[in-house]
Amino acid sequence: MINTADLSAFLGRRRGRAGLHWTDWLAYSYLVLGVLIVLMPILWMFLSSIKSPRALVENDPRMLPYEQVQVPAPDGARQLGVFVWTKPDGTKADVAFVGPRGLNARVFELGRPDQIIEVPRAQLERKDRLSPRWENYTEPTLGSTQSRTFNFLRYFWNSTFVTIVATLLTLVVNAMAAFALSKYRFRGRDFMVIVIVSTLLIPPTVILVPLFMTVSSLGMLNSLWGVIIPAIATPTGVFLLRQYMLTIPDELLEAARMDGASEWKIFWRIMLPLSLPALSVLAILSVMWRWNDFMWPLIVLTQSEVFTLQLGLSTFKGELNDNMHYLLAMTVLTLLPVTLVFVFLQKHITTGIANTGLK
Amino acid sequence: MASLPDPSAPAGARSAGDLAGWLWSKLGDALDGPFRALQRHIGANRMAYVFLVPNVLVFGLFSFWPMMLNFYIAFTGGQSAILAERPFVGLENFRELLDCGSWLDPKSCPVAGFSFWTGIWNTLFFALVQVPVMIVVALATALVLNRDIAGRGFWRAVFFYPVMLSPVVVAVIWDWVLKRRGILNALIDDAVTGWNAFVTSGWFPFVGGFVLAAFLHLIMARLFRLMKVPRSEIWGAGVGIGLALLLVFSTAFREFLTLPDYRPVNWLIDVRSGWPMFWVIFVYTWGHLGFYMLILLAGLQAIPKDLYEAAEMDGTSKARQFWRITLPLLMPTMVVVLVLSLIRAFQAFDEIYVLTGGGPGQATKLIIQHVYEMAFIGDAKRYGIASASSVLVAAVLLVLTLGQLAATRRRAGG
Amino acid sequence: MATLTLRSVTKSFGPARVIHGIDLEIGHGEFIVFVGPSGCGKSTLLRMIAGLESVTTGAVEIDGQVVNDIPAAERGLAMVFQSYALYPHMSVRQNLSFGLENIRTPKPEIARRVAEAARMLRMEHLLERRPGQLSGGQRQRVAIGRAVVREPKIFLFDEPLSNLDAELRVQMRVEIGNLHQRLGNTMIYVTHDQVEAMTMADRIAVLKDGRLEQFGRPLDLYNHPANLFVAGFIGSPRMNFLKGTLEAADARSATVALAAGGRLALPCEAGAAKPGDAVTLGIRPEHITPIEAGQGDATLAVQVTEQLGGESYLHGTLASGETLTIRLPGQTRVRRGETIGLRLGEPAARRLFDSASGAAYPALS
Repeated sequence: MINTADLSAFLGRRRGRAGLHWTDWLAYSYLVLGVLIVLMPILWMFLSSIKSPRALVENDPRMLPYEQVQVPAPDGARQLGVFVWTKPDGTKADVAFVGPRGLNARVFELGRPDQIIEVPRAQLERKDRLSPRWENYTEPTLGSTQSRTFNFLRYFWNSTFVTIVATLLTLVVNAMAAFALSKYRFRGRDFMVIVIVSTLLIPPTVILVPLFMTVSSLGMLNSLWGVIIPAIATPTGVFLLRQYMLTIPDELLEAARMDGASEWKIFWRIMLPLSLPALSVLAILSVMWRWNDFMWPLIVLTQSEVFTLQLGLSTFKGELNDNMHYLLAMTVLTLLPVTLVFVFLQKHITTGIANTGLK
Repeated sequence: MASLPDPSAPAGARSAGDLAGWLWSKLGDALDGPFRALQRHIGANRMAYVFLVPNVLVFGLFSFWPMMLNFYIAFTGGQSAILAERPFVGLENFRELLDCGSWLDPKSCPVAGFSFWTGIWNTLFFALVQVPVMIVVALATALVLNRDIAGRGFWRAVFFYPVMLSPVVVAVIWDWVLKRRGILNALIDDAVTGWNAFVTSGWFPFVGGFVLAAFLHLIMARLFRLMKVPRSEIWGAGVGIGLALLLVFSTAFREFLTLPDYRPVNWLIDVRSGWPMFWVIFVYTWGHLGFYMLILLAGLQAIPKDLYEAAEMDGTSKARQFWRITLPLLMPTMVVVLVLSLIRAFQAFDEIYVLTGGGPGQATKLIIQHVYEMAFIGDAKRYGIASASSVLVAAVLLVLTLGQLAATRRRAGG
Repeated sequence: MATLTLRSVTKSFGPARVIHGIDLEIGHGEFIVFVGPSGCGKSTLLRMIAGLESVTTGAVEIDGQVVNDIPAAERGLAMVFQSYALYPHMSVRQNLSFGLENIRTPKPEIARRVAEAARMLRMEHLLERRPGQLSGGQRQRVAIGRAVVREPKIFLFDEPLSNLDAELRVQMRVEIGNLHQRLGNTMIYVTHDQVEAMTMADRIAVLKDGRLEQFGRPLDLYNHPANLFVAGFIGSPRMNFLKGTLEAADARSATVALAAGGRLALPCEAGAAKPGDAVTLGIRPEHITPIEAGQGDATLAVQVTEQLGGESYLHGTLASGETLTIRLPGQTRVRRGETIGLRLGEPAARRLFDSASGAAYPALS
């Protein structure tokens, strides 16, 4: 747009002021607000995911994971919660809570377990400390207390398998078609191109039932292949790769042909390496689609041993249970791979998507 | 670019990238034999068909065939997923969907029709609110990011980030935020409490008075100027400050400013309020905004700078530049964004299904959820009804898409 | 040993015919240049020889064997492309060895040939680089090297120097010439630049609109162009053409009345022509001598003089409005705006063409 640096200097001279224009302040405030709206919920979920089950059940509204300080009881049999006692004279002392008596509480000051005193509950305030509970992550994954309803490692493996295999197949199958449609002249080519591009317009959501029946009659229900195969031939992929391959000069292919390369070899050794920029855009899109895919797996996969992460999460969320701490931690683990990919390939992804106009 | 090293070099002697390249060429060579034999057999040019085979196969089997099948299933009944066992029932499914007292009132329909029309009206409402809101916000964000902003890459990345997240994750996150005792209610509660504390505190006369005085002074000065009162500035200041002092020390004014205690709202469950639909739209927009923002930003960056420089030289105001240069030149991109987001909105399912399950009641049940539930939920699998509904939805989407094509063609032509 | 024969070769793209039956015999070891303006079909012809385009009718023979249906890779030819077509993702060494690997050449043999080609083209130090890291001239050399390592029967060059600057072009011309000397292979070279054709070719094939206009040794083409097109295309600055009417013609000579005034005779075989035929007289710029105004065969109003130091050009108009260029050795005193007289060459240096068909009347000398 405008070179605002030069412009604001120019405007500044005219209006007799320099520095940030008020619209700049407005812009930055807008951005900060937006970033808060985007990031706060994610941050809140992450911080919640390291809270103790108790803090979650109690709906502790504080951002950070607090937990009540505890001390062993004198008999050593149990843990006692620690409170801060505000004495009538205004001084404060840490006390351990032994038990209730009416509206009062029986406590002892830390270090003096023999002197049990009674104080009004109103004078007690929980003593909390920061205590992230990483067990929320380690328990379901490392299996020390394997959650029966949420077999994270299996779901993770299923998702990974689907994502990797489907992406590889998507790349090869669509690149082959794009190669044929961009570098050969044959009868029916233009018709094929039109057909493929027009299926960009068929929304997958409107063929759910027949697709389900087709997959079912092929015996691919409750199989990861039933999730992988139907979507590997994507018009988006053919379109994107074909547009790129059209820019690769034909002379290169002719040179390879003169060099005695077979058509397959031209494809594999010349075309694919040279299409790498487009292939990587498609690879990123495919990874995103597959990792995040929900509806189709929801229909094809009904047995929990073939669930993907997304299915596992949604099922787990749907069940009323007190395993919220696991759900949140597993949600964080599910968004982590995508987030890492995004952090490292951010520029690549955004420019790729902006240039192709595809998601 | 891929690193393809000399394939004749020993693999171990090279870096990892070279090793990958070496493996790559070996893999290609391994497949070369059969393909070469095939090529010898059918000729080089016909290899194009060979390259097309896998794609066409998958495409035909899993896109075209189902598309055709959909029409057939829509005319069959029964609960079997096996095509041969499904009896032909003619227009029965459509009758069940469309045979209502009034389409505007789903309650006047048969059971399937009720679900269908609830979904349709909810989807229409959803799309007609969500799409304009999202486009306006996306455009605003793109415009802000298109300024000479420090750290543009960072801001862009953050706004785009939710697009990368899975719908299920998005739903879990927002479900957690919107719980009755979630962070949103806590924040609102904090804000109300804090405000009330401020209004009743001893600081209020000073801070509030200052702000109020400044504000009232501006208003009064302008008012007096309009009324052509001489020395409007001074009069304005005097009256403004006086009024402000009067107000901040009056208890009535403080009471007026004091907010009632905040009672946490059950955002996603409260049936009588419109909040569930609001949050469904909000969350969906939250998750998809970044994509459209990116497309619009690309469109903005494609507008030549010198147009603005020329406008600047002509003394065109910023607002006029926006309406007369930016918006017309961005129109093609806007049309794409509009249609794309409309089509997507009509197909919205994942986030919403996980977030509310269509509830409370049927308040957020969209049309695709209706299709899904008819076919795949419960004991009675009503595939025929689901297919018939799909056909109707597809017709709507087709009209939208053709509308886009017409719009883009008209633009291209004119 | 490789000879190439084209027999009535034609090429059509759909209904459009771009090559109209070309016959050509190329002997072993010859350096042949196809030259012509862009769109004349010279590149298409080369690609048909290479096997990159199919032959519509006629036959392409290599060493007496018809190769119409043999794929490009198996014809034993190598080609240097206009854009060089180097594989951008491979190092120079891989570019050179890719073709040899495809035909399963033993590794030591590949290494030997690559090393030899690299030495011959002085690019040993470039072997590990990617094409993107090379200058235009270096890329050109790699492209030639890629052809050399194949040890082809025939080298094909498709305007290989058109992307280089003038100085490099001269240098590469010499290098390709040396390469031909050294390898002794048959080479076919396509260019639109008649200077390249003149300097490099053993024989030149001049093409226009898919037809072979003339095929012969460079100086034969220069001295005895078969028609107006060849006469105008070969030689720079181009031959001057003066319109006229045939006054008298026989088997030994012809007399022409010029539109610019004056009457000229020249020795040529014009037996078939009749007096009154429209003819065009062709005279090379170096054959015209300026003399004092009012004398000689015609009068020229000088409009531009170009002094290059070693030689000079005069451009002007004749009384008929036709333009004329004169090339003079050394420097000239003639100034713009002067009017000078002209001596239009020795009779034997004049060429006569039939205006309607463009064909030359065979010169007698």
